[in-house]
Amino acid sequence: MHRSPDLRRFSRGERWVHLSFGVLMGVCVATAAMLYWAPLSTLVGRRELVEAVHYSSGLLLPVPLLTGLVASQAYRADVRRLNLFLPGDWEWLRSSARRRGHYPSGKFNAGQKLNSAFVLGAVMVLLVTGLMLHYFTLFPDDISTGATFVHDLFAAALVLVTGGHIWMAWNDAEARRGLRTGFVSRSWAEREHALWAAGTPEEPDAPDSSDAPEPEPNPDRE
Amino acid sequence: MPDDRGITEPGAPEPGAVEPGTPVGRRVVLGLLGLGALGIALGSRVGSVISTIAQRDPTGLTGLIPGNGRFRFYSVVGGVDQVPAAEYALTVDGLVEQPATLSLADLAALPQTTFTRDVQCVTGWRVEDVAWSGVLLSDLLAHVGVARIGTAVQFGSFDGVYTESLDLEQAMRPDVLIATSMQGEPVSHDHGGPVRLYVAPMYFYKSIKWLDRVTVTDEVVPGYWEQRGYDIDAWVGQSNGRNDAPIA
Repeated sequence: MHRSPDLRRFSRGERWVHLSFGVLMGVCVATAAMLYWAPLSTLVGRRELVEAVHYSSGLLLPVPLLTGLVASQAYRADVRRLNLFLPGDWEWLRSSARRRGHYPSGKFNAGQKLNSAFVLGAVMVLLVTGLMLHYFTLFPDDISTGATFVHDLFAAALVLVTGGHIWMAWNDAEARRGLRTGFVSRSWAEREHALWAAGTPEEPDAPDSSDAPEPEPNPDRE
Repeated sequence: MPDDRGITEPGAPEPGAVEPGTPVGRRVVLGLLGLGALGIALGSRVGSVISTIAQRDPTGLTGLIPGNGRFRFYSVVGGVDQVPAAEYALTVDGLVEQPATLSLADLAALPQTTFTRDVQCVTGWRVEDVAWSGVLLSDLLAHVGVARIGTAVQFGSFDGVYTESLDLEQAMRPDVLIATSMQGEPVSHDHGGPVRLYVAPMYFYKSIKWLDRVTVTDEVVPGYWEQRGYDIDAWVGQSNGRNDAPIA
């Protein structure tokens, strides 16, 4: 069903990580809104239940990420890519050309790299402060108040950033297909991730289009 | 994780696969963790500065900052039906000389008390200088007369679930109010109207919302949250392991 010029972008394991992390994040944000946003709290109530769901989905957030790290080589390789800023990334951030989509980037552009780093850092902070709020009796008040403050602020920032992430995906059907099926068209890759599509050596593990027609090769078990 | 090896020219592959580039991702993560730690340490101070500014903020922009100086809505049940002011009835029963059912008009006919005090939630948030008015619980109890064996007061809510209680000495304090008005307006449904309790010196979970029953008993019956581990004598700053500044 994939046309031959397709490139494999994400393995099955990576797509599973993204989907499960996204679902958990969605539950966290929805329950957070029920706990925090008065018009919705008024409507929903049931504080203990909502809080329990929020707390458990928050605790589960690291599970997909850690599973990916352990089980998927493709995921580990992409984490390495996301972590590393190449010289071109700084230029990408500074250039106005990126807004017209003309600036070549690797498998992930600098914005995607910053987004993933922000989400990881924010989730770690939210986890720690969330646990502190759950076990609030263990901490002095000003520390608990500080944790509440940080939890609220980071949550608000994360909602904004995630909103941007969803907005970008909303406007890019081919990027969504990449996460749904694992494959993207070569033309899309050449437009959005030219260096990756071209297999430029600065990008380790450049894609090999020859494995694209395989229905479901499992690069997680190499 | 690769080490920070500085910047390598693009397109110059190093055999043996040393990845070129700067670990910006890791730096962002560590930076956020640092910011988070700083916020935990200083957040209570930053928060109080923000709420001080917010009180003098004509633009309302500080209202966009999450979590400061505002009420948060808590309810332990799924939904609470609104009770129109005209249909409201407060039952006063138990160990009293003259059990009574009071309408809002009946409450308005009793001596009225107004004061301005902070609201302190046990989860940390505080709203300063909230104007309350209504009938002192002591005036209500005097109106019905407490029997000699009455030593405590239990409160019920028309949400059907929440309960609270005070011992009689606490109930007779001059800062424990059957509140019918908040910030100069009738207590809204979301804030527990038309009538709620306001126990100024205690954490806000004592201030039961949607109050519809006051029962004098011969012992303190632990309330909803107290059956779930919270302190019965919930003095602000001296209970629940907290040391908040006293209510001002």
